[in-house]
Amino acid sequence: MIGAPTITPPDAAMPRGKALRRGLAANPLLTVGGALVLLIVFVAIVAPLIVPFPGDAGTATHPFEVLKAPSAAHWFGTDNVGRDIFSRVLFGARVSPVIAIIVLVIACLVGIPLGVAAGFLGGRVDELIMRVTDVFLAFPPLLLALALAAVLPASLTSVTIAIAAVWWPWYVRLIRGQAASVAGRPYVEACRALGVSRMRIIFRHILPNSITPVLVQVSLDVGGVILTASALSFLGLGAQDPVPDWGLMVSSGQSYFTPDWWMVTFPGLAILLTAFAFNLLGDGLRDLLDPKRSFLP
Amino acid sequence: MTGLARLAISDLDVSFGSRQVVSIADLRLDRAEILGLAGESGSGKSMTTLAVLGLAHTVGATVSGSITLDGQELTGLPQESLRDFRGRRIAAIFQSPSTAFNPVYRVGSIVTKALRLHGATKSEASDRAAEAMRQVLLPPDLMRRYPSQLSGGQLQRVAIALAVALRAEVLLADEPTSALDVTVQAEVLDLLRDLRASIGMSILFISHDLAVVAELCDRVAVMREGLILEQGPASQVLSAPAHPYTAELLQSVPKLASTT
Amino acid sequence: MPVFVARRIALAIVVVLGVIVVTFVVVHVVPGDPAATWAGPHASASQIARARKYLGLDRPLVVQLVSYLGGIASGNWGISIHTHRSVLSDLMTVAPASLELVITALVLAMVAGIPIGLFSARRPGRPADQLIRAGSIVGISMPIFWMALILQLVFSQRLKLLPAAGEFSPGLLFTHPLVKRTGFPVIDSLLGGNLPMLGSTLTHLILPAIVVAAYPAGLIARMVRAQVLEVIGDTHILNARALGFGERQIFGRFAMKLAWTPVAAAIALVFGYSLVNTFLVESIFDWPGLGSYAAASIATLDTPAILGVTLFVAVAYVGANLVVDVVQAAIDPRIRLR
Repeated sequence: MIGAPTITPPDAAMPRGKALRRGLAANPLLTVGGALVLLIVFVAIVAPLIVPFPGDAGTATHPFEVLKAPSAAHWFGTDNVGRDIFSRVLFGARVSPVIAIIVLVIACLVGIPLGVAAGFLGGRVDELIMRVTDVFLAFPPLLLALALAAVLPASLTSVTIAIAAVWWPWYVRLIRGQAASVAGRPYVEACRALGVSRMRIIFRHILPNSITPVLVQVSLDVGGVILTASALSFLGLGAQDPVPDWGLMVSSGQSYFTPDWWMVTFPGLAILLTAFAFNLLGDGLRDLLDPKRSFLP
Repeated sequence: MTGLARLAISDLDVSFGSRQVVSIADLRLDRAEILGLAGESGSGKSMTTLAVLGLAHTVGATVSGSITLDGQELTGLPQESLRDFRGRRIAAIFQSPSTAFNPVYRVGSIVTKALRLHGATKSEASDRAAEAMRQVLLPPDLMRRYPSQLSGGQLQRVAIALAVALRAEVLLADEPTSALDVTVQAEVLDLLRDLRASIGMSILFISHDLAVVAELCDRVAVMREGLILEQGPASQVLSAPAHPYTAELLQSVPKLASTT
Repeated sequence: MPVFVARRIALAIVVVLGVIVVTFVVVHVVPGDPAATWAGPHASASQIARARKYLGLDRPLVVQLVSYLGGIASGNWGISIHTHRSVLSDLMTVAPASLELVITALVLAMVAGIPIGLFSARRPGRPADQLIRAGSIVGISMPIFWMALILQLVFSQRLKLLPAAGEFSPGLLFTHPLVKRTGFPVIDSLLGGNLPMLGSTLTHLILPAIVVAAYPAGLIARMVRAQVLEVIGDTHILNARALGFGERQIFGRFAMKLAWTPVAAAIALVFGYSLVNTFLVESIFDWPGLGSYAAASIATLDTPAILGVTLFVAVAYVGANLVVDVVQAAIDPRIRLR
């Protein structure tokens, strides 16, 4: 076949560090995304230590500092009860990504076993699981989460549950595909013929093969979950005051938006930046780890 | 053969950066002649095809040297001019016929589009397409089919029909029969011989299979690592090879070895 | 092909049934008493009990579900607890506004996304491509409600270029009244030859449509780029080049036609997403569509209405996927010959 000479893949003999650096250099998305994500995680962890007004993330009010424009004292200005927005935005980094992690962990805990069962056992089990999954996949995610969050009492917990309840089907589908393809391979049939236990096959062959696509999918999903969660909070279904949730902050700032733009702008920017960072990371990981990918947007 | 060669290649250099993959001092293809370009995979045969078509840049290679068609220099021409040559005067067919056609188009659609690209009117295009199909011994209504609905042999014949319909003077055939079974292969080879005889088509037949080359070609050039080791009349090169590498290649083909 | 379509329709119906069941169950996990809401804040206990009976809320959940299913089939989607009108007629009133917005946004997204994706695919790895890739990712990372507010501030308040809210200028209703035929203001003003109204509806449509188009545009550009790059190394592309076709045709026609299959699937996906996304921007732009209706239903815990809206959007989504499946099969023979 005609083609350009292939780029030499890093061979096994190359030291890990060098191979890693080669991979990163060839992949600017991954590098930038990874750096941004690390920054956000870092900020989330040390927020209580570095923000100028840690109390403002909680119940503090400052009636004499209400709605001040951004200045040297308050980089992002103050909100309608005088709280420092910069502090609150930074504290917000401890809220959204955590929700995302919890949601995705639940999605994996539910989705992976179901996917393995469907793909590996096949037959009626597969049919049943996939039909139920298909029904859930027939909803645009935000829709069902919205309906659920609407009927539950407004809180971060409700939002987390609502999103987790709609997110797991994607992982069932993903794992099922992996499990089914591994289950069909000749060496697995050989294992079964030899009497190797199914659990062993699952843990030694199916799960290790599935790690990569799951990892890629999770990193791509974090952005989506953050956007969904902030949307629900914006609608008032999630975090309640005084939790420094970005979506809630945008919503609170709406009525003051016309002259006092900073209440809305900075939290929203934080959402954008965080989702962007995780999406970049996810894209980069996918480029790096998944040579032949089926395109899941 | 004296006089102006149809296709003349001299001092052709194709490189990827500093890595040279083709270095042909001299190669000629005359009118109504089938020239075999034999060699192992990776010897640079396919890159030569790309260079002649002016498409080497699409895989990142640079080309220098001279390629002339009926005396006209092709290297150095801008892409817009080269597009007039492609298909219309120099046609190409490739190894895997099942991937050579865009799966979402009916095969006839590609033929008529190509014809209209090179100036035919709608009715001219469909007439010439049908006629070309008959010339390659295929019923014209196969043109309505999608590639997935035709066999490898049929697809390769449609590819040849394309060249015939466009009235190309030169056909670059890159391993056209390697993916086909022996019986189908024989039919395609017959077809190529027929084209040489009936319309005087010049064919550059690239293959790693010396047995096929021996059967089909008038002259043979042996290529290895981008260089032409020897070239001459088929009967001569294949029975009394001047270069030890050629002899080696011949040894590995049982049928030929036993006939020498 | 007819067999293919029939099978897909059958599958869609089964899925819709499942959707109805799931939605019903989800919505009835309610803590809180819809009967009390319906009867009003000052109702007595006995009135609430009568309301419960009237609304059928005293029956076991399964019985309620079955009767609801039967109702859907005959066009009875329940009575809104808040508006006391038929949910279905409420939906029919508000749906056109949202659909108008979503369809406009999708058209914008395709008109922008496809050429940009192709442009990007023709120069992979180069600065323009990297920039476009980053831009597409910004598109899919954008919090819609925030973008709406920002654009509204910049273009309406500060620059005074575009109207801030509403489907059209209310004053025009007096000078150039709009005759409702389809329920879509743009189409209705076109049909009625009402040019000032047409202009007004179009200018009012711009900002919301751009906001809703951000995610689809980013997604479509990415998909087009990825799909085109995936096929560009194939032999049939080399063949097309060898036949003399120019790069524009190679990318725009031959590669793109192959890309349509996954891109069409993506369009169905973003149709669903966008329909839900409009929920977020409608309150900001005072857009009288499904979103505003949903927001009101949520605020009043109007279960039949919440159920109705969710169902409506989900069924629309299933429908869109069905349409795309059929279109895909029409374009790509490999799908229907499978």
